[in-house]
Amino acid sequence: MRRRSLVVGSVLAGIAVLLLVAGVAWSLLKEGFLPNAPGAVATTATTAAITRGEYLARAGDCVACHAAPGGRLFAGGRAMPTPFGDLYVPNITPDDETGIGLWTPADFYRMMHTGVSRDGSLLYPAMPFASYTKVTRQDSDDILAYLQSVPPIRQKNRPHELRFPYNQRDVLIGWRALYLIEGEYRNEPTQTDQWNRGAYLVQGLGHCTMCHTAINALGGSSEAKAFEGGMIPNQNWYAPSLTSNREAGLGDWSIQDIADLLQTGISHRGTVYGPMAEVVYNSLQYLSDEDATAMAVYLKALTPNDSSPPVPDSARLVAPSVMESGRHVYVKQCAVCHGDEGKGQPPTYPPLAGNQSIVMASPVNSIRMVLNGGYPPGTRKNSRPHGMPPFAQILKDDEVAAVLTYVRVAWGNTGTPVSPAQANDLRKSIPE
Amino acid sequence: MTGSPNRDGANAHRASRRFLFVLLSVLGVAVAHVAQAQDEAIPAFKTIDSIEARVQGCVTCHGQSGAGTRDGYFPRIAGKPATYLYNQLVAFRDGTRRYPPMNYLVAYLPDAYLKEIAEHYARQRPPFAASEATAADPQVVARGAVLATAGDANRQIPACIACHGRGLTGMEPGIPGLAGLHPTYIAAQLTRWRVGDRHALAPDCMQRIASRLSESDIAAVAAWLSLQQTSKDASPETFDRVRMPLACGSQQ
Repeated sequence: MRRRSLVVGSVLAGIAVLLLVAGVAWSLLKEGFLPNAPGAVATTATTAAITRGEYLARAGDCVACHAAPGGRLFAGGRAMPTPFGDLYVPNITPDDETGIGLWTPADFYRMMHTGVSRDGSLLYPAMPFASYTKVTRQDSDDILAYLQSVPPIRQKNRPHELRFPYNQRDVLIGWRALYLIEGEYRNEPTQTDQWNRGAYLVQGLGHCTMCHTAINALGGSSEAKAFEGGMIPNQNWYAPSLTSNREAGLGDWSIQDIADLLQTGISHRGTVYGPMAEVVYNSLQYLSDEDATAMAVYLKALTPNDSSPPVPDSARLVAPSVMESGRHVYVKQCAVCHGDEGKGQPPTYPPLAGNQSIVMASPVNSIRMVLNGGYPPGTRKNSRPHGMPPFAQILKDDEVAAVLTYVRVAWGNTGTPVSPAQANDLRKSIPE
Repeated sequence: MTGSPNRDGANAHRASRRFLFVLLSVLGVAVAHVAQAQDEAIPAFKTIDSIEARVQGCVTCHGQSGAGTRDGYFPRIAGKPATYLYNQLVAFRDGTRRYPPMNYLVAYLPDAYLKEIAEHYARQRPPFAASEATAADPQVVARGAVLATAGDANRQIPACIACHGRGLTGMEPGIPGLAGLHPTYIAAQLTRWRVGDRHALAPDCMQRIASRLSESDIAAVAAWLSLQQTSKDASPETFDRVRMPLACGSQQ
């Protein structure tokens, strides 16, 4: 009898324990008590900083240089040919020994802001610290938080291979005195918040001036010539002026077309190609609509500045036979996409009539497009771009020159003729 | 004696007329062939929102339907297995296969789009161009035939057809067809593999094979392969691991 009551008691106690466990489990597992399934993880201050940092690192296009082709993210090692010799990009993964694992937010901000590395050495200005100096402390901290969150990779930095005297870091003291103006971006109180946001992105993280302001013999960009365009060293592409309406000046573009060009890679006015395709692919496609629009607002408002003298009419004379031969090539090879009247089928196929990129003084980019063709970058808003085939193997130098001459002067375009020698020069340059 | 002088004259006349007819037909075919090859290399499409329009960037080298062009180098890509074509496009984009014009063209294209392009060309079945006349010595061609169809067991060189198929149309998912390729292209690729310039997914079976080939082996194989006519059904063979003489990363 006692034994039986003991058994019953044990069973009851067991049931009670089970109920208790079930109750506790239910209360723990009910919605709102424990974190939700992955994908809906509650945001903490840390994850928010990393997410912001990733966005900002993309806006700064860190990956364009700090990943070797086919290499691992941010491990560096990529050779950057410069007029002064080869630079090798450093490892910025959070490896303690070979990367930036031990950097403090203050170390990182000093590097971004002044171009001085953690060990006190001066950075070469291939690192765009003359632009990144405008980045705020908060943004710098967030970028570092993101970089600390990627997988560390042990890979020693390769020493630069610069020629004398450029291999002497002391020469950087002179360079810095000439071209580095330290300081975070300061809002222009007379401008809108949107304009200021655009200016912050263009002048700071975007480091647009690295290509769109001519690099002089000292490897510096003169502030007085800001955004006036120039050849990109070692790449054989011309970065057009952003201030001249005769080049890529955006004064008469709509805000939407500018934002589309930056974020999508194609627009109703033109398409990105060459090095700008890389910038859109790695960086600008990830911008929010608000930031792309802010950049467009700032770029459109840049003060027009045509420092080059207007082209005299005599420089635009073309022999009728060249026009006829150019037209012949155009009708056969180009018109199917760009149209009989050069109007294109925008935004898929860009217009050639009235396209500043076609008529600007330097024909380098147009020649390269005809020789090498090109695909716009595959972006979030245009993931399956239409491409242009290369014609280097089909057209002879005089045909390349004739069709480009035709395109540059037909339909009211105001460009100048292209010579077969100019076409031949670029035939030798391997596309990069 | 056969026939009168008159009759002989008529025969000669008929023979020369026949010769002229044959000559004109040959010329006509040749002209039509050149014209077709040129049209194949001119951009053209029907609908702008189509894969045909999107791949116009490929046509001046590979032709409208991927059959290649008469240029001695650019390869036929039509009908090669989609996975093979996709692997090549990714390798060109990431720089692990080096050919600057291709590296440049596909540098900023995402995986999903490269897959779509690969699948498009894998579906194409354009006719094969007639084999090019070869200047190669018949003995060289004969040696190429032995290497390609039987291999050389003493040097551990498997036959091409063991993996690339009896009809040289390749094997799913990662082995390309060899039919319709120019000899310069075949020789260049084998040489690049031999010297370590071209790689495939590990284990890299083609690297193992090419490193066992001499320069004259490569010339012989390329000469024989480029002479082969292909049956109308140029589809790759299905995957059959049992027959593979070497392990290949692209088949795993």
